[in-house]
Amino acid sequence: MDISIDHVSKSYGSQKAVDNISFTVKTGEILGFLGPNGAGKTTTMKMITNYLEIDAGNITIGGQSVQAGTMNNHIGYLPEHNPLYLEMPIMDYLAFCAALQKVPKSNIEDRVRAMIRKCGLDVEKHKKIGELSKGYRQRVGLAQAMIHDPEILILDEPTTGLDPNQIVEIRDLIRDLGKEKTVILSTHILPEVEATCDRILIIDKGKIVADGTAATLRKQAQGQQLLRVRIEDAPLNLAYEAIKSLPTVALVDVLQEDSCLLEIHSHPNVLSNREVFRLCVQRGWVLAEMTSMETKLEDIFRDLTVS
Amino acid sequence: MNPSWIIAKRELGSFFDSLVAYILLIAFLGFSGFFTWFEGNDIFIRKEADLRVFFGAAFWTLFFFIPALTMRQLAEEKKTGTIELLLTKAVTSRQVILGKFLACLMLVGIALLFTLPYYMTVAQIGNMDHGATICGYIGLLLMSAAYISIGLFASSITNNQIVAFLLALFIGIFFHFLFDVLSSSMTGWMGELFSTLSLSRHYDSITRGVVDTKDLIYFGSIIFLGIALSEIAISKRN
Repeated sequence: MDISIDHVSKSYGSQKAVDNISFTVKTGEILGFLGPNGAGKTTTMKMITNYLEIDAGNITIGGQSVQAGTMNNHIGYLPEHNPLYLEMPIMDYLAFCAALQKVPKSNIEDRVRAMIRKCGLDVEKHKKIGELSKGYRQRVGLAQAMIHDPEILILDEPTTGLDPNQIVEIRDLIRDLGKEKTVILSTHILPEVEATCDRILIIDKGKIVADGTAATLRKQAQGQQLLRVRIEDAPLNLAYEAIKSLPTVALVDVLQEDSCLLEIHSHPNVLSNREVFRLCVQRGWVLAEMTSMETKLEDIFRDLTVS
Repeated sequence: MNPSWIIAKRELGSFFDSLVAYILLIAFLGFSGFFTWFEGNDIFIRKEADLRVFFGAAFWTLFFFIPALTMRQLAEEKKTGTIELLLTKAVTSRQVILGKFLACLMLVGIALLFTLPYYMTVAQIGNMDHGATICGYIGLLLMSAAYISIGLFASSITNNQIVAFLLALFIGIFFHFLFDVLSSSMTGWMGELFSTLSLSRHYDSITRGVVDTKDLIYFGSIIFLGIALSEIAISKRN
């Protein structure tokens, strides 16, 4: 089922939380929702799950508006702070969620068992939720979201509180699910988006500032080549001036003065590696290092959201 | 299965898991039993085979205990955020409220079931008016249902259980005796109005052994209003 968000706005009092955003997510796609704190990620997710009312615009799932409330049992939702009934045993809680999500009575036990296996809760399954550590509670949260095998999964920061091994497990789980389902997940952890998501959506102050795969975002944000160069046997200021005067070079940064380590930003859509090499040959300098740098997602994120 | 019923079963289970149910049952049976059998104008002094004393005691005990049952129902869910999980499942606000209403009413029902031995004992002692006694139980159930719906409403508009408890008592106290006091001190249409609003008058008329349509409409309206207002309160999510 596709999710389509159409010119949606939402304000809290005079503060605009979400400002006229539109995007669609297709079946089999994992969308990573990125943004600084207070950017409107959670608000958008709450509107998709019909927990919050929409001020303007419309959200449809499989062509049906979510505001009718009839789509709820097609959605699996893990809210931000993972609220749970702490006094309930895990198995009872999952069975309760399954019953509410209209899982047929004869299937409930099988589904509960399957989710306990899938989310690695086997050892703890007889405990009450309140006795579990944060990571295990997070797993219970994921298990309740997936208990009815929903077509759509909305996960608000699914890996918070998990240890590195668990994070890898949960990522694999999400990637696996994402093959046939529509998944939207929000996170602050940038490598996580790269590792899990097919598509990245960055929002800031309620507006979408970037939309695309990690690769296209890189291209978009930095059409320029970035080189790290170390030159030996050359006076620093001479090398600096010479490189700076090359026609393809836009900017030179000195990273280390004593070893003459420079960072060279090229003009958009031209390459400077050959020019730098020729220059060194001409002057008789030794080119000890030349590395083409990839723009990090962190930098893209910072560029787009810090203004 | 109906979602309200699923929620009601969970809530009833959590009453028993959290000891709330046991405390309530023991305290209710203790108080009402004490006043029925031992203290003041008890059954042995009256020398009449009826449960009037018990109904009088239960009338007050339930008045105080029901807000303690209802106070956490919605306030806690709102505070911990579990209401979000509940309402994003295939459940409507009304089904949530009805489920919680049913759970509280069932617990009160269980408490009243435990007083059946009173009934049987008194029936052994003398010639009992069975009709009036059954009416008394119906009156207690109707009154409880009314206070549960008031309590749920109080719980639906706050995140704080103490506030919910006090608010439920505050609203309840008008119905329980303030309207009655006002009606006897006023004449004319004002007196009529307060007398109609007084829950104790309707309760008395039922325990006397007559279940009038007027009384049923009265209790029905309070229950309906409480549930409808709670539903509005938790449906508004801005």
